[in-house]
Amino acid sequence: MLNVTQSGGPFAFSEENQKKIKTILAKYPEGRQRSAILPMLDLAQRQNDGWVSSEVIEHVAELLELTEIQVLEVATFYTMFILRPIGRVHVQLCGTTPCWLRGSDDVLRACNDMGLETGKTTEDGLFHLSEVECLGACCNAPMVQINDDYYEDLTYDSMKAVLEAFKRGETPKPGPQVDRQFSAPVGGPTVLKDMITADAGKE
Amino acid sequence: MPKLTINGKEIEVAQGTTVLQACEEAGYEIPRFCYHERLSIAGNCRMCLVEMERSPKPIASCAMPAGDGMVIHTDTPLVKKAREGVLEFLLINHPLDCPICDEGGECELQDQTMAYGRGTNRFDENKRAVTDKYIGPLIKTIMTRCIHCTRCIRFSEEVAGTTELGAIYRGENMQITSYLEQAMESELQGNVIDLCPVGALTSRPYAFEARSWELIKTESVDVMDAVGSNIRVDARGRKVMRILPRNHDAVNEEWISDKTRFAYDGLLNNRLDRPYVKKDGKLVEASWAEAFAAIKTAVSDLKGEEIAGLVGDLNEMEGMYAFRELLRGLGSDRIEGRQDGAALETKVRASYLFNSGIDGIEEADFCLLVGTNPRYEAAILNARILKGTRHLGLKVANIGPAHDLTYKVEQAGDDAAILADILAGKHELAKKLETAKRPMIILGQGALRRPDGAQILKTAHDIAEKFGLVTDEWNGFNVLHQAAARVGAMDLGLTAKGGVSAIMDDAKDGKLKAVFLLGVDEVDTSPLADCFTVYIGSHGDHGVRHADVILPSAAYTEKPGIYINTEGRVQMGERSVFPPGDAREDWTIFRALSEQIGKILPFDNREQLLKALVSELPHLDEIDRLPKSAWGAFGEEGDVARGPIAPIIHDHYQTNPIARSSETMAECSAVKRQRTEATGTHG
Repeated sequence: MLNVTQSGGPFAFSEENQKKIKTILAKYPEGRQRSAILPMLDLAQRQNDGWVSSEVIEHVAELLELTEIQVLEVATFYTMFILRPIGRVHVQLCGTTPCWLRGSDDVLRACNDMGLETGKTTEDGLFHLSEVECLGACCNAPMVQINDDYYEDLTYDSMKAVLEAFKRGETPKPGPQVDRQFSAPVGGPTVLKDMITADAGKE
Repeated sequence: MPKLTINGKEIEVAQGTTVLQACEEAGYEIPRFCYHERLSIAGNCRMCLVEMERSPKPIASCAMPAGDGMVIHTDTPLVKKAREGVLEFLLINHPLDCPICDEGGECELQDQTMAYGRGTNRFDENKRAVTDKYIGPLIKTIMTRCIHCTRCIRFSEEVAGTTELGAIYRGENMQITSYLEQAMESELQGNVIDLCPVGALTSRPYAFEARSWELIKTESVDVMDAVGSNIRVDARGRKVMRILPRNHDAVNEEWISDKTRFAYDGLLNNRLDRPYVKKDGKLVEASWAEAFAAIKTAVSDLKGEEIAGLVGDLNEMEGMYAFRELLRGLGSDRIEGRQDGAALETKVRASYLFNSGIDGIEEADFCLLVGTNPRYEAAILNARILKGTRHLGLKVANIGPAHDLTYKVEQAGDDAAILADILAGKHELAKKLETAKRPMIILGQGALRRPDGAQILKTAHDIAEKFGLVTDEWNGFNVLHQAAARVGAMDLGLTAKGGVSAIMDDAKDGKLKAVFLLGVDEVDTSPLADCFTVYIGSHGDHGVRHADVILPSAAYTEKPGIYINTEGRVQMGERSVFPPGDAREDWTIFRALSEQIGKILPFDNREQLLKALVSELPHLDEIDRLPKSAWGAFGEEGDVARGPIAPIIHDHYQTNPIARSSETMAECSAVKRQRTEATGTHG
């Protein structure tokens, strides 16, 4: 079994991304340009529908004067690089203890009911569900990461709503899906309320 | 100079020494898997843990620099426990399939488990299993056995320079592989077999062939190129089972090229194992007496100037000497040893030697390659140049066809006339040669075999003088040979006016009536079709095509012999197995033949021959020493013609009859060709 999949077509950075590459490369001292491998792979993955193909690896290797295996080493080390085609909406569901205690099983059930299966891409190529370990947002458990955003304080219904919104082509508002500002208390602050009023007065 | 105490013994070591090296200096063995003295330090196997006072936990001695006042213990219960623990963890995912493992008997993991292990295993879960990887026709992988020391990865990056192996995934799932399981391209890849401390990377041709303890080991010298790599030939019965490197810091360190290591199966194929005589236009098997009689009939009426001899690439000194004496007995002094037609001269020994020495490359700061591709012509030497460029500030420029030499090369073009420009100071490389403290020039056979080779030699000589390449303590003028026999042939004075081409022309014109070929397989022998041709050699290769008499001789593993490498270093090869069938050592053939034709050679055994040889060439008595040869004038005045230098090697794996008879080498060659065609690049 090969570790990377071919996309079938050649890969080259878009014009816009080539400009970004110049900025990235300029960050590293002369002769240390190979350090740009992580941002470049990330950029390439975003351009290449969310996954790194063998063509991407070969192209990045050529640009950084590395051998392909050196790029593959990095790409396989980090789980954020996906090495096979994947749905456009990548749902990473946290099932670690805090999320699990707060009902991640319900969230998973919501996903399953929407046709998502762990480790698989849906047939329409829209969703991919993977189960991951703690993403560091336990105060807003249970949560999922969808592409670059966290969707937090989920329930069966709100998860379903989020996925349905994606299905309609919308991007729902990231963050807590309940009445809550980030990880502040639900329903507004319980202490230091005066400061809120004072701040409001200024505006 | 840090001073530290190891097991109560105070020792002072050089700055930059690691604790592990200090312990070794003090005489304590430290077990290790990932540490290797010729590779960078990884520190990932943890086997070298030792106790350091005032440290809360054991330290990895391979990665810890020795510091002043350190107190190290290597024999405490803590160290014992640490080693047992590390080994137990390593063995958790190791299959323990020693009975079916080719590494068995020479396995570092096996040995160290015996010496430092607990003896029992407490792990009863499922073991990890890893799929085997294809990394080429030479190396067999059984990746479940891998303990992730990463020696092979570091070798491929640091010594081979090709960076073809890597570790993908991480933690428990880490796997060693090449990109998309492509075959490795390096000419030195076989060395990872020796480096692998377990049986994960083993020799594919040697798989399940023999056990290390049933082999007879003979220390010898390699003839696949002119480096003279030190090798150990392992044989069982009459068969060479494998070839391994021997350590020689000044020559091959502890590496050998793949051709050296894997061409041995060519010793069994296409062998000439009995004499042949041409009867009615067809070669038929004959006895030695018949063959000698045929030669006697053909040459007895010939005058000396109607006889000539050619000497090939793989011969030892004894054979070449006896050959020369035989032909001199017949009245001929027309013996040519420069099969490739290089314009080398015999009068100044320094003019055809690699004077800096192979380890001298490490002292140089600028190297100019002229008409040579060291990666193919002398892979081991190329690794030395790579080492220089990586660690010792060596800069390399190249005049000749562009090749991927695994390091950065300033490509000056392939026009030989650039040399003349440099001499005239008109080329930018002149400035680099001038500013370099220890510049060196490596002149390849590709440049010397051009029609203006003698002028190129002269120009290189003048450059060496003008830019201070030759001083009292440094000689940066180097000729890189490709053939193991060449320096010896030059020492014996085996050059004839006009070289091979003149001999061939005269043979065609009928001026020459008899030509003797001693292992000559790299020249086109078709002009010899009508001339009486005797071929003496080990393989039925190109040279026998027009032979009238074939005398079978021993290959390099089948005879003791003196070889002189490209540096002029004299080395002794030993016999490992006996030649097949009726084949004999070369010099004994000439001794016997001389008796038949009535010009008896004055030696009856090898000792007498060596005595005669050494009295003529006293430097042969200085075994394994880098000669310091006197400088002098050489080359021919004249213009160097504009025009590209052609590479001498097109297929690295097929450069001599043994390699051409080897199935392993044929496979390597096919893999290489496939890759070249697939990528559309050459070289």
